[in-house]
Amino acid sequence: MSPSRIALAVAAISGLVMLAFLPFFVNAYYLSLAMSLLQFTVLATAWGMFSGPTRYVSLATAAFFGVGAYTVAVLGEVLAWPLVLGIAAAIGGLMAAVVGLSTLRLSGVHFVIFTFGLAELVRQLVVWYEVNKTRVLGRYVFVDITQNDIYWQLLVLAIAVFAIGWIIARSRLGFALRIIGEDETVAQHCGINVTIAKVALFTISATVMTLVGAIMSPRWTYIEPSIAFNATISFQVVIMALLGGAHRLWGPILGAVPLTLLFEFLSARFPSTSTLVMGVVFLLIVYALPSGVAGLWDRVAARPLWRLTKKAEA
Amino acid sequence: MTNAVLTGLMLGGMYALIAMGLTLQYGVARIMNLSYGEFLVAAAFASYWLFTGWALSPLLGLTLVIPLSFGVSYALYRVLLTPLVRRARTRDALEVESILATFGMMFIVQGIMLAMFGGAYYSYSFLAIPVQLLGESLALNRLMAFGLAVVIGLALYLALTRTRIGTSIRAVAVDPAAAQLVAINVAQTSALAFALGGALVATAGVLISMFLTFSASSGVVFTMKALIIVVMGGVGNLLGCLVAGLLLGLSEALVATYVDPGLTLAVNFALFLTVLLIKPAGLFGRAQR
Repeated sequence: MSPSRIALAVAAISGLVMLAFLPFFVNAYYLSLAMSLLQFTVLATAWGMFSGPTRYVSLATAAFFGVGAYTVAVLGEVLAWPLVLGIAAAIGGLMAAVVGLSTLRLSGVHFVIFTFGLAELVRQLVVWYEVNKTRVLGRYVFVDITQNDIYWQLLVLAIAVFAIGWIIARSRLGFALRIIGEDETVAQHCGINVTIAKVALFTISATVMTLVGAIMSPRWTYIEPSIAFNATISFQVVIMALLGGAHRLWGPILGAVPLTLLFEFLSARFPSTSTLVMGVVFLLIVYALPSGVAGLWDRVAARPLWRLTKKAEA
Repeated sequence: MTNAVLTGLMLGGMYALIAMGLTLQYGVARIMNLSYGEFLVAAAFASYWLFTGWALSPLLGLTLVIPLSFGVSYALYRVLLTPLVRRARTRDALEVESILATFGMMFIVQGIMLAMFGGAYYSYSFLAIPVQLLGESLALNRLMAFGLAVVIGLALYLALTRTRIGTSIRAVAVDPAAAQLVAINVAQTSALAFALGGALVATAGVLISMFLTFSASSGVVFTMKALIIVVMGGVGNLLGCLVAGLLLGLSEALVATYVDPGLTLAVNFALFLTVLLIKPAGLFGRAQR
């Protein structure tokens, strides 16, 4: 390892230790902000993990998030917490596998259309079930989880997501996905099972999203379908990942942090115009920064002058 | 039973009309427009505003809304979407870019409507007179909207198959590269098709506002149904639009009557997947890609 790598590792570890002790030093407002930051960091990174290399646009984040939140609302009081999280992850993963197997074999359009409506579909099914079977819409979430617990769980999940992403990028699966992203026909001719690779990654990414929903669920004491399956989350996650740059593992975090802060600010100060502003921000990113901050960074780093000084250093 | 079938057919006719504009935008201009439903709702609000504020009949309102929406869509394509068309290297790349750009537009249009009208549901009463048809009583406004949808659909079909511009539009839909070789201005034709699609969805919006309640955030559902119909029928195919639209309307009405009205979306998706798993290019689509 080069000295700069070691320095980076030391900085990362000390940063994580500081983050781990954060709940002891900040007040409730900043803790809640930190939770939002972690939540969107994990969601956007998980989104980029699938959509970055494959270039399939998934608009289903809210569907998985909601499934996770609802699983906790239903089972949270009955079973032990780790078991509840495990079941949530299993349901989310299974749902992703079914959706992936039925749409990812077809062209990308079918996937987009299906994921576009998935949150709405699951919401309708949950409403239908609650109205017909339990006869009450909405549930109370009574579990023995403190705000600090939620924060730490999210932190662990964030570390796990980056670890998973790092491992995938260095595995055969990651290599296959990069080829698929470049040219799917070429990938097929190389003997890569394109469908399996795509479905596997989509399932991993969706399982993580489901877990975020499950962990965040105790933050609300009352939950109903329109809260859990709020399509705005899907939208925000796509913007964040795009602003940061979805083709790099660390890209989405560069978008998640500034945009979470912006959205928090907007929803507190200008609730009636926040949708409009989000749309404008989104268009600006699509037109001005098509490959995100990470892409910009890659371009800057690739400049001749920069390369020259690097060579001189070496 | 007759009632469910009649309702289903009329609903399906409206769906077909809604999807026709999108099949032009997506099939010809290659823009997968996720903000499509928002333009439908915007036209519905325009019609509401003209009717309640100026006592202008929605049918007269159409003569204002159609040219306006045509112009707005044309400008939108020229200003916002042409840069994407130029930037995209392949058709798939353009698809991804247009999804992202129109996704942003969806929130902008929705945001403007939310700021103007809030989140409440709107409706107005126009020609809500019961009419007897095959022993069933139906509202006149629905019947008239359906009639107009049929007329517009026929007119569009004739325009696309019998006129020179229509033929060039169809040529671009089939193969833009080859169309260029026979001296068709692809950029111009795409813009025209996109604007035509915008005018069609606005017409659908005005017609729907006569009998359906709508809110600033109800566009997404229309976008989804239109997308499903377009892809199910075969992209860029008007006949496919009609058949898929009727299929969707009928199945929705039957499920709503006999099973549960809360499951219509589930039916849509089930139908969508079934058709695509059997025929990935859609009911009337050519196998390609």
